[in-house]
Amino acid sequence: MRRTRLGRWWYKFSRNPLSVVGLVIVAFIVFCAIFAPWVAPYPEHAGPYVNYGEANKPPSLTHPFGTDVFGRDVLSRVFFAFRSSLLMGVVVLAIVVPVGVTLGLLAGYFKESWIDILIMRITDIFLSVPPLILALAITSVLKPNLTNAMIAVSVMWWPWYTRLVYGMATSLRNEYFVQSAELIGASKFHILFREILPNCVSTILTKMTLDMGWVILIGAALSFVGLGEQPPKPALGTMVADGAKYLPEYWWISVFPGLAIMLIVLGFNLLGDGIGDLFSLEEA
Amino acid sequence: MKELLMVENLQKFFTTSRGVVKAVHRVSFAIYPGETFGLVGESGSGKSTVAYMVMGMYRPTAGRILFKGQDITMPHTRRPLALKKDLQIVFQDPGSSLNPRRSIGEILELPLRVHRLVDTRRIRERIEELLSIVELPPEYAEKYPRALGGGEKQMVAIARALSTEPSLLVLDEPTSALDVSIQAKIISTLVRIQRERNLGYLFITHDLSLMRNIAHRVAIMYLGRIMELASARVFFEKPLHPYTKMLLSSIPVVSEEEEKLKPARVFSTGEIPSPIDLPPGCVFHPRCPEVREVCREREPEMVEVEPGHLVRCHAVSSGS
Repeated sequence: MRRTRLGRWWYKFSRNPLSVVGLVIVAFIVFCAIFAPWVAPYPEHAGPYVNYGEANKPPSLTHPFGTDVFGRDVLSRVFFAFRSSLLMGVVVLAIVVPVGVTLGLLAGYFKESWIDILIMRITDIFLSVPPLILALAITSVLKPNLTNAMIAVSVMWWPWYTRLVYGMATSLRNEYFVQSAELIGASKFHILFREILPNCVSTILTKMTLDMGWVILIGAALSFVGLGEQPPKPALGTMVADGAKYLPEYWWISVFPGLAIMLIVLGFNLLGDGIGDLFSLEEA
Repeated sequence: MKELLMVENLQKFFTTSRGVVKAVHRVSFAIYPGETFGLVGESGSGKSTVAYMVMGMYRPTAGRILFKGQDITMPHTRRPLALKKDLQIVFQDPGSSLNPRRSIGEILELPLRVHRLVDTRRIRERIEELLSIVELPPEYAEKYPRALGGGEKQMVAIARALSTEPSLLVLDEPTSALDVSIQAKIISTLVRIQRERNLGYLFITHDLSLMRNIAHRVAIMYLGRIMELASARVFFEKPLHPYTKMLLSSIPVVSEEEEKLKPARVFSTGEIPSPIDLPPGCVFHPRCPEVREVCREREPEMVEVEPGHLVRCHAVSSGS
């Protein structure tokens, strides 16, 4: 029974080859991140390693992505940088989704009450500030490191989930099944989290997958300006920034981390679209 | 017999951008235990608004609702849990009245848990019992609404409404979204359940012919007003209001005998006016074949022409 259901999902998902490409990319990146110490040819290069004799070597068989100014293998550093990037995405979403969704449910269910007005006006204020500017402001006030970058991105990201769920909750609360639960006398908690929320899950999951890519991109932007993971730990944004000084001669130092960022965003976007299709077909 | 539900001079006005909609205007009726009270009207007549006010989903602009002698005019959020248990509703659209993300078992479990009706270990047993009341097999507890047909969904909605053992059930057009063949099954189930449990039904419908078979008393609404209220027998055999006559004469019949029972054909003319811009005097006068001068000026009052038979019409009350 379960198997056939899974099979059906896979059938729907794989009808769009791009979704499968997305899944493969994401699986590859996650694999490289988890097994970085074994996959990377020079794991020690992820730390404070210096070997000026090997510095600025172009891509070759021993260093497929070349080496940077300290003689560190770029490929190895990219694999390790996946770790902080994915960690950023996962942690940010783990903070942002419960907060944003709960606020959206509350505001949507209590539409036109003071709860709605309070929550949605605050949401509007956050949404009116350009996201990167807000994150830059927060990280520059705090100490620049990965944790604070995650806090900064979380602060700017939750309103999107509040908005999304608010829209769904305002229409779902008028459905007869919600009215029926009210007339039975079910608690507000039950109505919010057991009646309304399950009907929002597919949309939330789709957005989460798409957002993984965007959160990682913002994270890379923050590390590009030096407000993310601090050297010598590798971060994709930092690597692009460091290599930029040596363009175009030593192009590989920044181009490969740049391509890695692109690959992450592309992978999560394709996967997110695939999951979105899956749910929209499921509902049809 | 003591009234189960009493509605007194109920009014509901909605303020919209285009003006005030006078959806319900001074509606009064009573429902007795074990009785089916049919509230009939065209769409826009305010019949569902009355049902929603009884359930506390709308707050009445004026008037009172008494349930077992207790004032329940407040919105449902302020109603005590015991009252919610005793008063349940079945909605028109079975598709949206069941949460697509919850199994039938979970749907039926909710009222049992909220009202602590059965011991936790007996919940499963009770769910199967409820399903059997509406003639569904116990395996349905595992299914999700999308696997069910429209009629089956409505049966589940009825089972949910019955789960708290209410004494009054509001049925808001429970069959109008369903096929005719399924309608008959739902209706016969509802009739059987009523007999078994002495349930009162407030049956909202636009289908007059349906009321002939199941209602004990019928009230007909037009633009927010009850025009005629009588026992079902009197209502169908000796209708007095021109609007009732017009509607009854337009019900299609199959046999000669039935044709003889019908009032003389009254052709319906005109459209139902907008409830924002009501005609002066009697609201029915622009379509009435028996219209008189007084009808254009003064709204008729509800008059009890014989015990239990009330009519709102100048032609009837002045004894034409």
